[in-house]
Amino acid sequence: MDLTFDNTMIVSEIKILKSHGIQYVPDLKNATLTELFRGKPEIDNSLTDSEKETLVKLCPTDAFSKDEFGIDLGKCVFCKECSFACGGKIRFTNDYKIAANQRSNLIVTQGRESEFFSETAIRPEIRKLFRNSLKLRQVSAAGDNSCEMELNASGNVNFDMGRYGIEFVASPRHADGIVITGPISQNMAEALQITYDAIPSPKIIILVGSDAIGGGVFEGSKALKRDFIDKYPIDLFVPGNPAHPLTFINGVLKLLGK
Amino acid sequence: MKGSSYIEIQNGQNIRIADIPVLDYPEFFNTVEQLMQDTNNHVMIYYAVDCNDYLKYYCCIGNDADHLIKVLAHSHDKSCKILDSITVEVPAFHIFEREIHENFGIQFHGHPWLKPIRWSFDRFNQSSVMDNYPFFTIEGEELHEVGVGPVHAGIIEPGHFRFICNGEKVLHLEIHLGYQHRGVERLFLERKSGLQRAVLSESIAGDTSVAGALVHAQLMESLAGISVSDSLQLERCIALELERIAIHIGDTAALCTDVAYQLGQVVNEALRTTIINTTQFWCGNRFGKGLIRPGGTHYPLSRAVSEQIKSVLADTGRRYCEIADRIYSLPSVLARFDGIGEVTEKQVSDIGAVGMAARSAGLKRDIRQSHPFQYFRQYHFDPVVQSTGDVLARGMLRNLEVRESVRIIGELLKICHESEVKHPVPVPDYKLEPGMFAISVAEAWRGELCHCAITDEKGNLKHYKVKDPSMHNWFALALAVRNQEISDFPVCNKSFNLSYCGFDL
Repeated sequence: MDLTFDNTMIVSEIKILKSHGIQYVPDLKNATLTELFRGKPEIDNSLTDSEKETLVKLCPTDAFSKDEFGIDLGKCVFCKECSFACGGKIRFTNDYKIAANQRSNLIVTQGRESEFFSETAIRPEIRKLFRNSLKLRQVSAAGDNSCEMELNASGNVNFDMGRYGIEFVASPRHADGIVITGPISQNMAEALQITYDAIPSPKIIILVGSDAIGGGVFEGSKALKRDFIDKYPIDLFVPGNPAHPLTFINGVLKLLGK
Repeated sequence: MKGSSYIEIQNGQNIRIADIPVLDYPEFFNTVEQLMQDTNNHVMIYYAVDCNDYLKYYCCIGNDADHLIKVLAHSHDKSCKILDSITVEVPAFHIFEREIHENFGIQFHGHPWLKPIRWSFDRFNQSSVMDNYPFFTIEGEELHEVGVGPVHAGIIEPGHFRFICNGEKVLHLEIHLGYQHRGVERLFLERKSGLQRAVLSESIAGDTSVAGALVHAQLMESLAGISVSDSLQLERCIALELERIAIHIGDTAALCTDVAYQLGQVVNEALRTTIINTTQFWCGNRFGKGLIRPGGTHYPLSRAVSEQIKSVLADTGRRYCEIADRIYSLPSVLARFDGIGEVTEKQVSDIGAVGMAARSAGLKRDIRQSHPFQYFRQYHFDPVVQSTGDVLARGMLRNLEVRESVRIIGELLKICHESEVKHPVPVPDYKLEPGMFAISVAEAWRGELCHCAITDEKGNLKHYKVKDPSMHNWFALALAVRNQEISDFPVCNKSFNLSYCGFDL
């Protein structure tokens, strides 16, 4: 009988672990993304009226607000074409902290410092009940699978939002809230409603991605049914195409007051 | 027959609609049947277009040996509601006839499974609704049904799976989709600017943004008569291969998750991150959205980007090989992959499967080789093929394709910096040639992604058609789980990783 210990298995796993190293992002609040990341836009004061007019026409999702010139991040799909068209007078910075708790806060205007969070508008029970443990149920309502993948990534070995007690769960019965991606198709409207109803109250609603917040490129399609988001108060809007994991995590942390 | 019953074009080419032979239905039927006897031929797309008082049907059959696409058509007055089903002779047509049936109410005589496929908002029969989908049933005291979805336990797109089981064994799986339907094809016509359509093409399936944008750009360039330089085509291919590597690695992680091999899961998750962050370094978006646009690019492949790609691929490639070698030699993983969810070469060939689903069962079908596009026209490439058609084969295929794509990108990067060219910026809008039909196909990571467009006499888009590889391949999943334990469904499903939104449009 051969009693020699076969250690090749252990050796190869140790080698893999060594190559893997430490992968988590140590500080999720102050991580820096690559220069080119398309985050919070800045609009230069030198933008002329005729340039503005051109940009309004160019925008694929009609994301420029007219009354006071600005970009509505709930409609913007972050294609950056406006920036290219005006020689960089609109600049998409790599600032990923663009989640807001009120729809109107998503409009970034010229030369004014934008406040994405209105502290007073946060329902008091959210911080009282969910601050240390927030379990979420995700529903993709005609999402294109990029936001869904980024939400999965939020819990992965790099971003690990579980460190803050934030987690996605399988059953709506175990959840404190719902995270919706996608522009909400007619065909998914009922399933979304049933899932939401199955979550015990009090519960929060988070919209992730331009598609969910404003319909994105699908806005106006007859195949959509978006009355769900008008029916209930939305607690958090997370813009992006798709929303970056850091945008999502920082948005939730801010909502929880962490 | 040749020259009269069909016209041959190449991938990415366009033809005048007037030049496409319009046959009588019996002749069309016979031509298709004869063509499909040649195993080199496979149906790329078959669809109907509403031309006010009549319907015109377009069919594209790709020959993988001579690299040509045969285009043929037939047309019928709208009063004609019954046609003989081609599916009876050529099963690969089943899903296309179902789609035409749903959209226009045509009864295909003899079709065994004429049910709605996606409940499109403008479907012919508005009184048929999702809730009363006619699921197949089997009577028997020993049998029970299991319904899963549309909302699943993880963060995943919606779809409904209905199993008929005998104990733990799956006798039958019916896949009911449509929840993701957003009216994409109609939006291509409603959105008037080129930019809107380009952005839309990236969001049909966000996990395939690069391939979607590439196929769309190629189609629009062909109809607008825009030619792009070799070096831009080459950069597009690099982006496409990066997308393939990222998803394949992510899928490897997910396969490990499903069989509870945690080391495989976390290591691959981290490796996928390095690839998508490289794409983000290149263009500012982890999924490559915005990278490919008709006519030019905002993100030329600079020296810095190419150096970054090189160094990341060298490191990630090495680490991927380490973990993949481990995964595919670990008995506890192999026990869950080996011989599970088998589809045979005959099955995938019969149902017209494409891409990974076909190649993992021994069917060498890869658009990069058979109908080369962009720089693949100049780059010799031999597809990876596996033979067993089980979960292991689909996993191994990813494993080998990651290595192959790393090698391809390495070679392309070498070519690309021999001649540094300045690319034009994308054209925000363009004028399309009137009265044309065009087809554009690419090998996305799942398989053959196909877009077709038709322009009217004024040069406006009259019809836009999208076909995700999943259109062919969902049925392969249904076949794979027959006689399997129902507990093996997740790993079978993941091993195909088909698109819900790409299918539902």
